Amino acid sequence: MAVEERDPHSGYLTTGHEWNGIKELNTPVPRPVYLFLALTALFAVVYWVLMPAWPVGRTYTKGLLGMDQRTSVTSELKQAALERSAWMKRIETEALPAIQADAGLMQRVRETGRTLFADNCAACHGREARGGPGFPDLTTSSWLWGGDPETIAETIRVGVNSAHKDSRVSQMPAFGRDKMLEPRQIEDVITYVRSLSSQPRSAPAAQVESGRDLFAANCAACHGDDAKGIGAGAPNLTDSFWLYGGDVESLRRTLTQGRQGHMPTWEARLTEAERKLLALYIVDLRRKEQP
Amino acid sequence: MYVAQLTLPERRAALALACLVAGLGLTMAVLGRDDLLGTHGALVIACGVVVAIVVMRGFYAPSPSPERLSSYYDDPTRAGIVFAMIWAIVAMAVGDWVAWLLVSPDLTFDAAWSSFGRLRPVHTSGVIFGFGGNALIATSFYVVQRTSRARLPDQVSPWFVLLGFNLFCILAASGYLMGITQSKEYAEPEWYADIWLVIVWVAYFGLYLRTLARRKEPHIYVSNWYYLAFILVVAVLHIVNNLAVPVSLGHAKSYSAFAGVQDAMTEWWYGHNAVAFFLTSGFLGMMYYFMPKRAGRPIFSYRLSIISFWGITFMYMWAGSHHLHYTALPQWVQTLGMTFSLMLLVPSWASATNALLTLNGAWHKVRDDATLRFMMTAAVFYGLTTFEGSFMAIRPVNSLSHYTDWTIGHVHAGALGWVALITFGSLYSIVPSLWGKRAMYSPRLVEVHYWLAIAGTLVYVISMWNSGIVQGLMWRTYNDSGTLAYSFVDSLVAMHPYYVMRAVGGLLFLIGTVVGAYNIWRTMRTPALAEIGDFAEAPARAAPTLAAAE
Repeated sequence: MAVEERDPHSGYLTTGHEWNGIKELNTPVPRPVYLFLALTALFAVVYWVLMPAWPVGRTYTKGLLGMDQRTSVTSELKQAALERSAWMKRIETEALPAIQADAGLMQRVRETGRTLFADNCAACHGREARGGPGFPDLTTSSWLWGGDPETIAETIRVGVNSAHKDSRVSQMPAFGRDKMLEPRQIEDVITYVRSLSSQPRSAPAAQVESGRDLFAANCAACHGDDAKGIGAGAPNLTDSFWLYGGDVESLRRTLTQGRQGHMPTWEARLTEAERKLLALYIVDLRRKEQP
Repeated sequence: MYVAQLTLPERRAALALACLVAGLGLTMAVLGRDDLLGTHGALVIACGVVVAIVVMRGFYAPSPSPERLSSYYDDPTRAGIVFAMIWAIVAMAVGDWVAWLLVSPDLTFDAAWSSFGRLRPVHTSGVIFGFGGNALIATSFYVVQRTSRARLPDQVSPWFVLLGFNLFCILAASGYLMGITQSKEYAEPEWYADIWLVIVWVAYFGLYLRTLARRKEPHIYVSNWYYLAFILVVAVLHIVNNLAVPVSLGHAKSYSAFAGVQDAMTEWWYGHNAVAFFLTSGFLGMMYYFMPKRAGRPIFSYRLSIISFWGITFMYMWAGSHHLHYTALPQWVQTLGMTFSLMLLVPSWASATNALLTLNGAWHKVRDDATLRFMMTAAVFYGLTTFEGSFMAIRPVNSLSHYTDWTIGHVHAGALGWVALITFGSLYSIVPSLWGKRAMYSPRLVEVHYWLAIAGTLVYVISMWNSGIVQGLMWRTYNDSGTLAYSFVDSLVAMHPYYVMRAVGGLLFLIGTVVGAYNIWRTMRTPALAEIGDFAEAPARAAPTLAAAE
């Protein structure tokens, strides 16, 4: 049965038991263990007295400090808004040109606009705002809905083909799929349109002529007789900017299947000041790109 | 060969169980024929049929000799070790894959199964349950028999526990790839897999108690307290957190019995105690047996083991709410989670201290023997990780660390540094004798594995500390205008080099595991001691007898 023996190395007695060769020493619990148990328990008790801690029926002990995470986060947010309000108020109230003229205020716009853009816009327009197929490059001079700050702010507010009641609406019909143009006619239109932006396609002159007639009958209503767009979502086809690509393959897909871009409305997601700030940031971006 | 050890009634019972499982699979396949449940039904049928065929092939083998009853029953332990190593390689490989996926998010090849959300739980369940669970089951069978001087009460239920548990793991991992998940972290498997695990787990608990009841030692050794706490508490956690109502008996999908913040609290009560009782308690059981055994030293203090055991068992239960600091969870619950997490540090460090002081008088062995060094290092990492855990549970610290890679680093300091190292140390110390060999095939490869594992763990943890703190600071830095200085994408760009470093660290650890598996495989295949004729020198025999070790 239990026979204690003394461990020669440590000098302590064993408990007298053995399990498949394993023994245990009867070493007393080191004092620091009790000390730290007492200290951590003391800390816990003090913390419980000061902070919300234990449930009591349908309520809980509120703690002597009266701390509450909800009120503290609300007051911290209020305090932060107050610190920003010195310049944020001016963004809210002053006219856009006045803000643009104020170098100090524009510095705020650049600092804050960068993260605002990266967190909300970059997913589609890219971190450098250079866009991609279907998503406009915001650093160029080509603007579907207008590129002045007021108009940009309005586009951000209502979106494009969005759920907003005042949404900007634009639709390129599916001329091919919906049988408005024959495939051969589509080729003619492509040839003509590319000739407008100096991207000639090796094709007989007759095809350009046919394309010109088809354009006048089908496309000019939105894109204008001169194909320079009429400012409401129908792009200028004579410049070098292409939202969906100006190569033959892309144009063929555009004409066959149509296009209907989408930009969400930010009215409920961003405040008016934030939307103004973003519009200013984007205009400033363009200025930086094209000195 | 394993079937030959079963008696005729046991073979019949095993065959009946295998057919029963196949029948359950058939029921699932029929009821769920219009759902992914049907696919899992087919998988269950296949598993049942394979086991039935294996049993039938050995059905008419001669009965085992009655001499077997005077030795320990180690066949399930051997199989469990093999399963554990297979899961380790698969799940760590998937882990490193998802690490590279975070470096290059395009690595999904546009397939659904290879998306991060599906592969990540294959990694987590694979290492925790597949590798950790099999290692725990295998070593618990080994330890309970030897510390009780009693053979397992029968030869069917250990197989039911081991194979049934692996069926659960297979259902879990294959389900994730198909998109079956109940979206609870570390409890992703759906209702039918959960019910199956309850059955398996109750059998495990019963088997463990029956073995302890047969013990010839007057006292229950400390390892068995920890293993029992692991089995019992995991059952409670698993049942409560997985309470759910299936859409129908023919659908894999179910809805949790809890909603909102109650669901979050239940989940993290489960989640943190899974860390406590699966990844800590069970592996402490392992440590308390294999470390003193290997070191040839008595446990430093029996009294310290008692204080640590009850401290850990009582205090962990309260700590889960520290996963929900600054959320919709009422603040008083957060307070309790934080204060109990702080008090928890004392029994945790007491365990680590008890382990390290047990090595007093055997430090020269730690220097020379990589197997013992695995276990010593595990105890050090256990101490470091529990300190870090208590620290991160403090609310203001947590406001910086929460949602960042610091948490990932903390988990891996525990999972790689503590859980995996103590497991490898334990496996290396029993594999030779279990397969009747004098030593591991190559002690040098054990050494190589040790250094790869240490290097991998350190690279991983240090890169995640850096990444996490950088991330946390970037999220809360304001510019002069009083607005946030960095966008979320900015923080992702800053993470990139650390993600590369982490994936390299994980790869080192994985290579170490492959080296270990190779070494174990070669050890199994070297000629047995009896065959090379120096049985007398054998440190342990293939089938150790039940005789008391005087």
